[in-house]
Amino acid sequence: MQLSAANAAVQATPVLRIQDVSKSFGPVAALKHVTLDIYGGRVHTLLGENGAGKSTLIKIIGGLYPASAGTMLLAGEPYRPRTPMDAGNAGISIIFQELSLSRNLTIAENIFAAREPAHFGFINNRRLYDEAAGLLQRLGFALDPRTPVGRLSLAQRQLVEIAKGLSRNARLVVMDEPTSSLGDSEVELLFTIIERLRAAGVAVIYISHRMDELMRVSDVITVLRDGEYVSSSRREETNINELITRMVGRPLNNVYPPRTVPAPPAETKPILQVSGLSAPGVFEDVSFDVRPGEIVGFFGLVGAGRSDVMKALFGRQPVAAGQIRIDGQPVSLRHPNDAIKRGIAFVTENRKEEGLVLRHSVERNIAAVRYAGLAPALSLARPRAERQTASEEVERLQIKTPSLLTLASALSGGNQQKVVLGKWLAVRPHILILDEPTRGIDVGAKFEIYRIIRELAAQGTAILLVSSELPEILGLSDRVVVMHEKQIVTTLPRQGLTQEIVMMHAAGAQGHAGEVTP
Amino acid sequence: MSAAITISRRGGFSPALRQYGGIVVALLLLCAIFAVLSPRFLAFSNFVNIAQQVSVTAVAAFGMSWVILLGEIDLSVGSIIAVAGMVGAQSLSHGLGFVPALLLAVLSGAAMGALNGILTAKAALPSFIVTVATMGAYRGLVSLPTDGLPAAIDNDTWLYIGAENFLGLPVLVWVMLALFVVNFVAQSRTVFGRRAYLTGGNPEAAVYSGIRVDRLRVMAFVLSGLMAGISGVLLSSRLSSAQTNAGTGYELDAIAATVLGGTSLSGGSGTMLGTLFGALVIGVINNGMNLLSVPYFYQLIVKGAVIVIAVWIDVRSKQART
Repeated sequence: MQLSAANAAVQATPVLRIQDVSKSFGPVAALKHVTLDIYGGRVHTLLGENGAGKSTLIKIIGGLYPASAGTMLLAGEPYRPRTPMDAGNAGISIIFQELSLSRNLTIAENIFAAREPAHFGFINNRRLYDEAAGLLQRLGFALDPRTPVGRLSLAQRQLVEIAKGLSRNARLVVMDEPTSSLGDSEVELLFTIIERLRAAGVAVIYISHRMDELMRVSDVITVLRDGEYVSSSRREETNINELITRMVGRPLNNVYPPRTVPAPPAETKPILQVSGLSAPGVFEDVSFDVRPGEIVGFFGLVGAGRSDVMKALFGRQPVAAGQIRIDGQPVSLRHPNDAIKRGIAFVTENRKEEGLVLRHSVERNIAAVRYAGLAPALSLARPRAERQTASEEVERLQIKTPSLLTLASALSGGNQQKVVLGKWLAVRPHILILDEPTRGIDVGAKFEIYRIIRELAAQGTAILLVSSELPEILGLSDRVVVMHEKQIVTTLPRQGLTQEIVMMHAAGAQGHAGEVTP
Repeated sequence: MSAAITISRRGGFSPALRQYGGIVVALLLLCAIFAVLSPRFLAFSNFVNIAQQVSVTAVAAFGMSWVILLGEIDLSVGSIIAVAGMVGAQSLSHGLGFVPALLLAVLSGAAMGALNGILTAKAALPSFIVTVATMGAYRGLVSLPTDGLPAAIDNDTWLYIGAENFLGLPVLVWVMLALFVVNFVAQSRTVFGRRAYLTGGNPEAAVYSGIRVDRLRVMAFVLSGLMAGISGVLLSSRLSSAQTNAGTGYELDAIAATVLGGTSLSGGSGTMLGTLFGALVIGVINNGMNLLSVPYFYQLIVKGAVIVIAVWIDVRSKQART
């Protein structure tokens, strides 16, 4: 790291000044009028729920998205990056959570990708490896620069990513969840590096969900919520409880239709029992049960493993240990087909990737499970029944489509989601898994989906609701399962539950949960 | 705009025109050009000739349509055609009757297709690579029994297929039409066909809909091999012999017919009727250029250009939709 001593003093002018920056994706506002100053020699933490706008903000800083409105000043000069390359040249280094390394290249080649030391177009390999070795040594990473990245563990790759980010003379380093794949000793190493960056006057933007870590490392903590700036406080002037209250302070408005039928009593025999389910590295020792007619919410922060557990219940994620019982019978689910035959339906998180065939009609999409996935392969198709079922679902779910033959790609997000729901309701499932069922859809469609969820539960369908929106979890669930770092940390009854309590558990700060006063 | 976002249910003149208008116009245009250039083109006997030539390609193209519908490719069909013909010829010369020899020939095609499918679906290798490899390997297999020499066929029933007429049309054409109907019904009217469209359109969504996509992929390659096997029987009966270089380049004709007929190379859309039209276009191009005594290598160049143009149109129309 070549950090100039001139930067060492904490400057009076901010390294980066973010002024009134907004970002919209179509009608969805991801970031609303955020103003923030980032100073050299300080660690500035961004905190917020999934979808609070942290990632959007750093992608704007890193030149991945243009801002829709607002300006940025870098050391007093207007800063308008168009590409990540612009950001890099301006001295901004972003270390992303999703690793951006090429598996077939060596560590050194990755670190110096696209700016290898070269003469007349030929890469100077000796300098490449010498410089990489020097860098790794200064950082204290015990890695051979000639190792192909494909042979490294996830944690080691994260270290390479960090080395790559620090290989330039950066004045602002952004770290998005840098510790999510690191072990304890590597986390300590990272904190030493952050400490050195701070001492050298570099500005650090740090994003993490781990409360204990950010209380250790931060100078300033800014809370974002629903794309808006909520507060900035010095670390010593705030505490975990206060931060969590700010993170979750969304109004619990009454868009959630009330239960018309009481929740099934605790002694009802569960339809789904999961015990000790483990998939190494994905989730561990997961146990819970769900009763017919019950809505069980699953909450957790990014990477908690909720979706993977749901995939395991649907035969799409191999498990190493544990048992799944349906109606008391142990079942083996090796393929979604097994799960569907047992009465399980799964509305996945990514409707475009896993839910729909976008260039097929609404009718074909709704008919997909009942008339293709489940029907015997050598039987004749039943076009009339397909049409009949599709039109029933369109009616029941009030899908707004010009006709049954309209391509799924032509519908709005909310209506696409209802088509996915329709294809599952057509098989009358007993257990319905909903993974982020209202993500990216408008408020009207959200309300209709809530109404449908309630109706299904009232008819006795067991519902597993995965959501990153706490109000949604609290507004619909009878019980809430909270996951943190690939494990279930607790299962909480809805009675008396607040957003703060759930978030405490999800953030791995359950030790503080008792102190919360709702 | 509404044309782009809504698809047609079967029936009705206007949707059919939209779907097949382009290729039918191309077909008529080609016929007109060749009719002007060569007086022999419009003779009835020449049309019978075209239909006979087309039948071999078209049957292979029906199989290819399943594979391409799933977004895969099968480059080994030309070699499978040759192997199936050789298996038939050898079975006959070893004293087997017509029916057992026919079954062996056709099943050898299905078995070679199954190997392609298993390597693609279960070993997760790209079908392009798998079938380039098997194209070479199967071509090598053909020469094993005869050391590269052709094997003559003298079974009357076998030769009847390639030479005789039945109810005024060549037997070859009847076989092609029958297989067209079978494949058309399987694709558009069965649950298997529905699954193929879904899987080609979005394999991940198909898995989540309960479709065992791997098995389906294997089946598509088996169908391609099976059709190529039948095509090999047809070709060997036309030639009265099994040749080691039989069917060379037929995979390109089959792919061109399928793609010209509107089956998208990225999978999920296309019809057997389109493939039939596509095969006719290829057949007319081959026949017309033969009549004009265009050397074979020019024909290859023209067909290559036709494939490029068809794929270009396919890609363009997809961009226009998004």
